[in-house]
Amino acid sequence: MSVTSPVKVAGAVDDYLERVGAADEFGAIDLVLGLLGDGVPPESLLLDVIAPAQRRVGELWAAGDWSVAREHGATAISERAVAAITTSVRPRPTKSRITVACADGEYHALPTRLLAEVLRLRGWQVDFLGANVPGPHLITHLHQTGPDAVAIGCALATRLPRAHATLTACQAVGIPVLAGGAGFGADGRFAVKLGADGWAPTADAAADLLEEGRLPSFPTPGETLAHLADEEYTLFVKRRGEILARVMTELPRRYPRMLDYTQAQVDHTADDLGHIADFLAAALYIDDTRLFTDFVQWTCDLLRARGVPARSVALALRLLHDELHDFPRARHLLAEGTLAADGA
Amino acid sequence: MESVTHAPSTEVLRAIVEAAADGVVLCDADGAVVLVNHAATEMVPGDVTAVLDRSREPGETYQTAVGDRLLRVRREIFGIVHQAWYLRDVTAEAARADALRAERERTQFLVEAGRRLSASLNTRRCARATAELAAGLLADVAMVVLPPGGMRRTSWLRSSEAGLEEGEIPVASADQVPGLAEALAGFPPVPSRWLDPSQAPDWLLPDGFGPVGHLLVTPLPGNGVPAGALVLARREGGKGYDDETETLVRVFAARAGAAISAAVLYQQQSTTNAILAGDLLPPPLPVVDGLELAGSLRAAQQTALIGGDFYDVLPTSEGPLVTLGDVCGKGPRAAVLAGQVRHSLRALLLLERDPEKLMRLINRALLGSPTPSSHVTLVLAAIRPADGVIDLAVAGHPAPLLLRADGTVEEVDARGSLLGAIKSGMIVLRTATIELAPGDLLLLYSDGITEAFGGTTGREMYGASRLKTALATCAGLPAGAVVERLEQLNSDWLAGGVFDDRALLAIRRSR
Repeated sequence: MSVTSPVKVAGAVDDYLERVGAADEFGAIDLVLGLLGDGVPPESLLLDVIAPAQRRVGELWAAGDWSVAREHGATAISERAVAAITTSVRPRPTKSRITVACADGEYHALPTRLLAEVLRLRGWQVDFLGANVPGPHLITHLHQTGPDAVAIGCALATRLPRAHATLTACQAVGIPVLAGGAGFGADGRFAVKLGADGWAPTADAAADLLEEGRLPSFPTPGETLAHLADEEYTLFVKRRGEILARVMTELPRRYPRMLDYTQAQVDHTADDLGHIADFLAAALYIDDTRLFTDFVQWTCDLLRARGVPARSVALALRLLHDELHDFPRARHLLAEGTLAADGA
Repeated sequence: MESVTHAPSTEVLRAIVEAAADGVVLCDADGAVVLVNHAATEMVPGDVTAVLDRSREPGETYQTAVGDRLLRVRREIFGIVHQAWYLRDVTAEAARADALRAERERTQFLVEAGRRLSASLNTRRCARATAELAAGLLADVAMVVLPPGGMRRTSWLRSSEAGLEEGEIPVASADQVPGLAEALAGFPPVPSRWLDPSQAPDWLLPDGFGPVGHLLVTPLPGNGVPAGALVLARREGGKGYDDETETLVRVFAARAGAAISAAVLYQQQSTTNAILAGDLLPPPLPVVDGLELAGSLRAAQQTALIGGDFYDVLPTSEGPLVTLGDVCGKGPRAAVLAGQVRHSLRALLLLERDPEKLMRLINRALLGSPTPSSHVTLVLAAIRPADGVIDLAVAGHPAPLLLRADGTVEEVDARGSLLGAIKSGMIVLRTATIELAPGDLLLLYSDGITEAFGGTTGREMYGASRLKTALATCAGLPAGAVVERLEQLNSDWLAGGVFDDRALLAIRRSR
């Protein structure tokens, strides 16, 4: 069994992906429950079948191969597959209590849910609060339950400023924070910068870290972010609306094709611009150039996959650059972003 | 005239050395003592050579104890012949430095204690902080026994180099430790108590702790409520408890007791709150054959998670009655009225299932309500799962949207007046009957969704047309995914600026 299961598991990813892609809920659930019956460990089903398949789902969406609706449908089925696995295993809690929650504004709940279920399988008593947990609600929960640690998942770097507020609030009530998810950076450097008490790249690494007692019993808050003293982040967020409105007015003048856009296309452009602004704000908050240039690179790839020229990104960045006269840090980020977009 | 300098005579030099406050011992090249001044004799009454460490380099300083004095000694070499040893009594200086260090340690301890104890409002976390703080400066092992929550058992936390341990003891076992039962009862107030270590029952100390030298039971004084007791132990042969440490234990116990009792009160109140609010939270949706149901409710006031928006699915023998509504106002006050409307519906449903008639009955109930401005907007949908036929009534509420399996979105043609404002006879209701084909979805929502202000400029309203466009992209999705996607798009639009409750409820006829 232990010899055959890795092979079985690797082969199952494509099969599983096909079923969730076809909105075949029962097929997907039957597949994982079948493997469970064959003796594949539940943790392996979560992390070696469902997690990689969901990563593929994200890639297929980014490449423009799958619609948003199909991606959402697949994720909804995976949520149920996870539930089906854990309901049939019914782990018994033997360890102390851990709270698991997604950052405020974070809707990508599945990776964090997988962590919660892995911890449950390993015997922790887990309170999973789900997606988009408002900070005040999380704090109330911590006071009421007094867990040994809180694990905060953040998939998108744009949620980092709010994740930071939540993280410091958790530390202020004396609960150490374990950070995880792509939003904290592939190497966890944003988790370090924001003063998290621990960081783990994957759900099983996070479970190991907790098991080995590598979190302190009482948190040590991080240094204050000295660069925020220039108020660029605060002012940019406050004036985001008017700045973007001016860029939206200027765009058609510099990119005449926009004059023929439908309302939906205009909304789409506004959305894209909003994303650029959100990542710019996050990069200002964290003070990390790569956070912004990686995003620009990714957006250009994404647009190209949808047949939109990446030139429009570079143009939007230049217009933003021109708008932000008194924001030297933001201008530097935008200049680096423009280079990345031109090179993309 | 020429000035002439005379070198002082040996007599004069000897007199100067003799009168110095520091001790001076002079030796010749062979190490034989040639001179011991008065101060040195004072400091070392016996053999003075015992304090001379000849292995020291010239210029080096070291400390050595003579009786209960502490001496600082410096070795110097003069020319090739003589070496001198300078002695200084630093007993008082060292004692002052020790006292200062101990004082600093105590201050630091109290600062750290204040930081950790003020953080949490959770009983267990406060008890843990108390035990972990005490098991360092104050004891080798520290145990907090919490006040009994129930009648029979009480929990404890213990910290030592073995780590943190937790457990429970029967309340009756507290009697095995003199003073503990009184401390747990919190009344009458009892002072700290030293115990004979042989009196300690096994459960009091970690396994393999070894012989105990000192054992202290200190009550944790709460603010009017018992906060438990702190048990401190040090090993035999370890440091004793001086007056300062005993005072520190008392001050620390007062702080820890205040923190724990505040946490106990908070826990009691939040438990009561949770029970009262539990009924006001969105209910878990029932499983209905032939239908997929999914709902989402986000309250504007985030700590309580309750507000004026509500939904419910009430099963009847003919099929479920689905309701979604919005009570005038926000927060707990609105949630209480929302709960009343849900309860009234549940009771009325025993006698009446027709949405229009139910609306008029609810209106009468609201008009008779003692609560001022009991205004409610409401959608009622009586569903027959077998053929997908739905009777709908809408009162002062946005009309539900219908998503056909092919992606077309229609607004249900039903409307009516707000409830709780005018007499039932005056209320105008235009009801509708629709049919859900397999794969079709009916979406009920509150105006918090469409009236969400945000977007690129932060000042734009989300609006019904954006909601319809978003819904149209959801064809073929399970109901749960539709609700999640719509809520996410709407929250992204708000970008954190939440001012109103938002509710979504989707009913999809299974394929």
